[in-house]
Amino acid sequence: MKREDITNKRNDSSIDEEKRDFLYITTTGLALAGGAVTGLALINTMNPAKDVLALSTTEVDLSPLEEGQNLTVMWRGKPIFIRHRTLEDISSAQNIDIEGLNHKETDQSRVQNPKWLVVVGVCTHLGCVPLGQKVGDSKGEFGGWFCPCHGSHYDTSGRIRKGPAPLNLEIPPYEFVSEDIIKIG
Amino acid sequence: MNENDLNEKKGLVGWIDKRLPVFTFINHNLRDYPTPKNLNYFWNFGSLAGITLVIMIITGILLAMQYTADTELAFDSVERIMRDVNNGWLLRYIHMNGASMFFIIVYIHIFRGLYYGSYKPPREILWMLGVVILLLMMATAFMGYVLPWGQMSFWGATVITNLFSAFPIVGDYIVTFLWGGFSVDNPTLTRFFVLHYLLPFAIVGVVALHLVALHQFGSNNPTGIDVKSDGDTIPFHPYYTVKDYLGLGVFLIIYAVLVFFAPNFLGHPDNYIPANPLQTPAHIVPEWYFLPFYAILRAVPDKLMGVLLMFAAVAVLFILPWLDTHKVRSANFRPYYKQFFWLFFVNCLVLGWVGAMPAEGIYVLIGRFASFYYFAFFLIIMPILSKFEKVSGLPSSISAAVLTEKFDGEARNEKNISESYVK
Repeated sequence: MKREDITNKRNDSSIDEEKRDFLYITTTGLALAGGAVTGLALINTMNPAKDVLALSTTEVDLSPLEEGQNLTVMWRGKPIFIRHRTLEDISSAQNIDIEGLNHKETDQSRVQNPKWLVVVGVCTHLGCVPLGQKVGDSKGEFGGWFCPCHGSHYDTSGRIRKGPAPLNLEIPPYEFVSEDIIKIG
Repeated sequence: MNENDLNEKKGLVGWIDKRLPVFTFINHNLRDYPTPKNLNYFWNFGSLAGITLVIMIITGILLAMQYTADTELAFDSVERIMRDVNNGWLLRYIHMNGASMFFIIVYIHIFRGLYYGSYKPPREILWMLGVVILLLMMATAFMGYVLPWGQMSFWGATVITNLFSAFPIVGDYIVTFLWGGFSVDNPTLTRFFVLHYLLPFAIVGVVALHLVALHQFGSNNPTGIDVKSDGDTIPFHPYYTVKDYLGLGVFLIIYAVLVFFAPNFLGHPDNYIPANPLQTPAHIVPEWYFLPFYAILRAVPDKLMGVLLMFAAVAVLFILPWLDTHKVRSANFRPYYKQFFWLFFVNCLVLGWVGAMPAEGIYVLIGRFASFYYFAFFLIIMPILSKFEKVSGLPSSISAAVLTEKFDGEARNEKNISESYVK
């Protein structure tokens, strides 16, 4: 068999195009599927591991907290702001027109017991921790919290009142285990 | 398609290619690249080595996201990867066994080169870059093995770094410098982690040079004869891409069997004991891929000579192109070289086996004979054969070789078919 014969054979119309397409599609398909499964399995290693997921609840005893005092606790690596609100705080939180707010939420919908405000202490703009927990901190123009990063002001219900943050401070999932103890998470 | 077509091509590809000829480059090196048409499956191992390098880098980066390089935390962080990290066990077993697969592939790759004379002119630098890659691989694998901080990690690190103490005068200074202290400890672990991350990228760099050197003259082939006409070659794509693809499939099956059914088969159980600087395990051996060199080290009853000989076992590969100066490349046409080659191959297996055995009794003697033959093959047999060996049956060209092998057979088949048709 000479080279010309081989060349002719290659250009021969007897080549089964359908068979070629079948092989091409099955091979490529299988490689893509295998690659995708492997890739997803490997990428999944970067998701939270089991030891990280295990640290998902925090219990807090509220009894030592006097009226007007704040407490900051850690939950999932983030600060949780707990404020024992005064009657003044509560009334200023409740007696406003929520239609004028950017993120319209009533104070009642944000608390389980009006005495206790429990919010995630992470500014909804770009994630800084607002000031207002410590004595002497600026509480902003609305008596709640003030974020030093880009100047967002939160009121005594943790709602955004002024500044670039788009949403109110988030309310974490929590429940009262007893009168004075809450479980966050 | 050839380069000219691409350059004149319209659209986005053409526009980019005119300014940054990346498509021309790919086309030139992976598509049209003329390859001898008679390559056998031993030529698969280069691409497999490249793929394994990529697998090691990807799994290694993902592991480094979970690992902590601190003597107090290293062992536990690896156990955390095994238990808590999603698919962490898979990640670690792929990386762990990947090192073994990498060395298997590279050793076959090297023996392929030895058999078919791929180190001979004009491919000397290609070969020498390969030896550099081998050295880098060994250093990388060694430092990676230290990271889990098990007993084998710790004592392996102690022994290997102590190799440098054999050198007169400067030896102790070098060892203290390598350790960053007076023993293998936290500074050692931290720097080994950093270097284990760095060196694979150095390997990638040398591999790139390896490929540039390869593509300068193209692949060798089983006949060892140079390409003489276009008829001797076929384009790399699709003929060899698909052949490499098949090889990859077989390779991945073997790799997967190891990872999923025998993940600790090639490892050593003692490395599941946290490092203890006060107690050396009774039976300390290196990873299997270091065993032949370890056997050479132990064959010599002198500390410095043992170390020098072990380094020489790799260094001798550098000067290989000048030891074997025989005009014919492929062992297929060298009746004596072929026999000595296979003896050398078996000898390397024997060295590996002796390395795993205790250094006593008959094993010491076998180790010495095997070490002697290892060097004799390069330093005595090769130069002698270069002078005196006569060749037989050398074909005139690659095409001629292919036609006598393949198409005689095909012609015979056709004949048989027609005969059976008549019946």
